[in-house]
Amino acid sequence: MPHPLTAGLGLKPQHYDEALHCTASGLWWEVHPENYLADGGPRLAWLEASRARHPVSLHGVSLSLAADAPPDAGHLRRLAQLARRIEPALVSEHLAWSAWRGRYHPDLLPFPRTHEALARIAANISATQDALGRAIAIENPTHYLHLDGHDWSETDFLAELVGRTGCGLLLDVNNVYLSAHNLGTRASDYLDAFPVQAITEIHLAGHHADPRLGAALLIDSHDAPVAEPVWALYERLIARTGPRPTLIERDDAIPPLPELLVERERAHRVLTTPEALPCT
Amino acid sequence: MHLSDFQDGLASALLPAPGANTPPPAWLDALLAQPGFAVYRNTVAQGCIDALLANYPAVQALVGTDWLRAAAHAFVHQHPPNDGRLMGYGAGFAEFLEGFGPADRLPYLGAVARLDRCWTEAHLAADAPTLQAAWLARQPPEALALLRLRPHPAARWQWCAAHPAYQLWQRQRAGLPWDDMLPWQGEGALLTRPHDAVQWAPLPRAGCALLDACAAGAPFEHAAAQALQADPGADLPALVALLLRTGALRAPETPWP
Repeated sequence: MPHPLTAGLGLKPQHYDEALHCTASGLWWEVHPENYLADGGPRLAWLEASRARHPVSLHGVSLSLAADAPPDAGHLRRLAQLARRIEPALVSEHLAWSAWRGRYHPDLLPFPRTHEALARIAANISATQDALGRAIAIENPTHYLHLDGHDWSETDFLAELVGRTGCGLLLDVNNVYLSAHNLGTRASDYLDAFPVQAITEIHLAGHHADPRLGAALLIDSHDAPVAEPVWALYERLIARTGPRPTLIERDDAIPPLPELLVERERAHRVLTTPEALPCT
Repeated sequence: MHLSDFQDGLASALLPAPGANTPPPAWLDALLAQPGFAVYRNTVAQGCIDALLANYPAVQALVGTDWLRAAAHAFVHQHPPNDGRLMGYGAGFAEFLEGFGPADRLPYLGAVARLDRCWTEAHLAADAPTLQAAWLARQPPEALALLRLRPHPAARWQWCAAHPAYQLWQRQRAGLPWDDMLPWQGEGALLTRPHDAVQWAPLPRAGCALLDACAAGAPFEHAAAQALQADPGADLPALVALLLRTGALRAPETPWP
């Protein structure tokens, strides 16, 4: 029986060679599939070599599930092809949109959580799951704007998507912390209302204050170690849910791999304390 | 509000098309007035510009990061990415630079950008076995004239009549300084990926013509005639040897009898 996934790391090109020699127990790697949707070449070879040693998670950023359009058929076909080749342990996407009317906006964009949006996104998730032949997990985004016109709270919206599509949820604790800070709500209220039984993956990442506005606006920059208040929320969450595969994200100002492995070890310890239940 | 109306509004504010100047509706104005809106606008612009810079390293080395960022900003608004595979973003940037006013004093920039683009395409292209010299040597001489040699899916080649594009490009890739003594003459380049890494070599005009003809499906005798038309003094056996050595040709899918 394979080891359960504990804590994982984002796999970065500058760490490919070292990553092949990591032996940490429960370690797994996460990548953005967009960086591997090539017809061939060294990227796919690197990913396959990594996959031969550790489980890999595909964390998409461009399916644009919250757009008022079905996911791009070509993108879905390529993603399904990659998933067949890599056999990922986890597959996830965001509760956000990025592609719209033939243009791709490299960001995770917000939308009013209306009844109409719920029906559209549920259909888009189902289409994705049908194409991949498996459930995917949906991640809560970071918010920077007060939007009008919501019919649903985000936690109820996510619970409804789970009920309608059978998808899982990827809970990004840093996003919860930042959104609560930026919108003036409480992270603990959000987590209390979150449908935790559907969580199949957790993300942790670092952030920084907006260079112009300072601490009034916190940016999901993935360029720093995970902040202590985020660790505190995470530890409380795991005490409540039991262990869930947890990723430390770092996409900018990327330190040497040993430094990331130390941070990863902290999450691994939280997940493997005697009180923690076995991974499900 | 309908989801599509919301998206149309936000998209128009994030990546406005050049010349678009319709005033935003009141609901969008209210979003633009919030400090958080700049986070999205910066992330979108930055994401496109960073991807373009990553795909044009030789251009960046020639003109510097600030100049290229300004050019990229203009390009991004005219040609935003059309899907999430930013690793391949930037098709058409060479042609854009050739019509970009501030680049007038650098007439070779487009040719260098074209070779950066060749590298990206070669890096991402499909895998395939390369044609081996031994296989070619086994073909009966009378069959050679009718052989349709096919370029490898990762092979890219460019002839530049006006500038030493290959030298300019490969010196930047190798981190070498500008060379004032560089003979200013036309040059061709061949990029291949026989295994994992993209490789490159200079390719004479006749070699570019030969590969053009092969790519168009011509039998070898016609491709050879094209090459000799481009350069009557071309050394065809040496050219074929170069194409075989660099992995520029693809092995036939079904072995010949």
